[in-house]
Amino acid sequence: MIVLFGIFLLTLMVITALAIVQTQHLFVAVILAGIFSLLMAANFFLLDAADVALTEAAIGAGISTVLFLGALALTAEHERAASANRLLALGVVAVTTLIVIYATFDKPRFGDPEAPVHQHVAPWYLERTPETIDIPNVVTAVLASFRGYDTLGEVFVVLTAGIGVLFLFGAKPRRKAGPPRLAAHEPGDGLRHYLIPRVVGRLLIPFILLFGLYVQFHGEYGPGGGFQAGAIVAAAVILYALLEGEAQALRVLPQRLLNGLIAGGALLYGAVGVAGMLLGGSFLDYSVLTANPVTGQHIGILLIEVGVGITVTGVLISVFHAFAARGRV
Amino acid sequence: MELLGLYHYWIFAVLLMIGFYAVIAKPNLIKKLIGLSIFQSAVFLLYITMGKVDGGTAPIFQAGVGDQVFSNPLPQVLILTAIVVGISTTALGLGIVVRIKEEYGSIEEHEIQEIDRQ
Amino acid sequence: MPFLLDVASWVLLSLGGAFVFIGGVGALRMPNLYTRMHAASLTDTMGAVLIIAGVMLQAGASLATIKLAAILLFLLLTSPTASNALASAALLAGLRPGDTAAPHEDRGE
Repeated sequence: MIVLFGIFLLTLMVITALAIVQTQHLFVAVILAGIFSLLMAANFFLLDAADVALTEAAIGAGISTVLFLGALALTAEHERAASANRLLALGVVAVTTLIVIYATFDKPRFGDPEAPVHQHVAPWYLERTPETIDIPNVVTAVLASFRGYDTLGEVFVVLTAGIGVLFLFGAKPRRKAGPPRLAAHEPGDGLRHYLIPRVVGRLLIPFILLFGLYVQFHGEYGPGGGFQAGAIVAAAVILYALLEGEAQALRVLPQRLLNGLIAGGALLYGAVGVAGMLLGGSFLDYSVLTANPVTGQHIGILLIEVGVGITVTGVLISVFHAFAARGRV
Repeated sequence: MELLGLYHYWIFAVLLMIGFYAVIAKPNLIKKLIGLSIFQSAVFLLYITMGKVDGGTAPIFQAGVGDQVFSNPLPQVLILTAIVVGISTTALGLGIVVRIKEEYGSIEEHEIQEIDRQ
Repeated sequence: MPFLLDVASWVLLSLGGAFVFIGGVGALRMPNLYTRMHAASLTDTMGAVLIIAGVMLQAGASLATIKLAAILLFLLLTSPTASNALASAALLAGLRPGDTAAPHEDRGE
């Protein structure tokens, strides 16, 4: 039964991807990309990757679609017809597909517990997590503690992307002289004149924020963690910005606060690492943070996940504001 | 189960190449970025498929249930990082596309190259 | 008793699936945006209610049932709102409810 479901989802993904490439209407392509991400998230769930499914759904299907739509509003909505000579590209793609498919026959059997990937480090992590860290979610344990250094790098990548976008949009657009665009309402007004989305949105935003906090702090006991929580909280703030208007959202969460969040999360993460060094352990060693090493691990993981969540929230909201507040040239 | 495993890998190959085709053959910059994100998703599919274990569940210890078979947590950790890095680069890429549109007036590759040549 | 629960779940899940399928057929066959959306959104919401009810019967009296009820409430609030927003956007863009699909609109994606 699961086999059928898996095959169905995968086939649907290929059909969606083909539709994305083929359509010339960019808005359609972006919405189909959101659908593609959601199908991918469902497939991840079938493959026992609960954390990854949550992240793909929140970030791939949610935030990514919003960013693409923001960029579409500032650029073009239609794609010009592609130029002629695409046969070479099609040929290269077809040959490479066949080569990769030929290579897949060499892979170990799907689900084989004796496959090489399950042999070295993974059983060690699964063994050591209950004794050293004692939290139920092994993925969070590996992400935050055993491989905490990689996650530090990831937070800095998010930080750099945020800095990059703010830097790119720091230059004001050169306005071409011309008649001002007439709109049915002021552009900065949000959805003020649309009652139903506004009422329902205002009803839902507190619960979305609550859910974001739940995912943040429940990441050790179930699927969740800083990245997903950051995306969910950012989604709530973006919803508020859409409903009440850019200006109001920037009054509630000013850009200086967002800059503080962006830098503060990464700072918190680094500070926990340095605190470990100052207390006698190595960088990002949480077991020296308190007298009991297991409690130290808990505190360390909690603090760095908060740092991750704060940075991701700040960056995603800043990027959204950068796109949304940009006047169309 | 054998068919399902092979099917996952074949779909990975097909999605990889669909995304790659969009990057190399479509002149529109935003289409290229969407193709790149499809490419990345295909790679995620490959890694997570490799991590599945027969009869396993998500790698979360349930209290009171002993001797559980878990799927491999390591590919999941790697792909979690990869998804976030992917959205970061997409956001930066979209920022660059918007600035290109403001400076050149177009986001079609051949038109930008035309303007550059002048 | 478990057999009755199973049968009830089967019936609810199949009905939910049938509703979603009907919605899909409607979204394809209807002539313009408003009728398509009418078909898709009504049947989607009904299908979601039935499917989640069927799964709740399977979950029994546990925390999962409460979570499913929360998800159902969320869907009941957001799905019709999304359709309303879509219809408002279409009206604002100038598409009148009487028109058939505009000739330049992309078909077959």
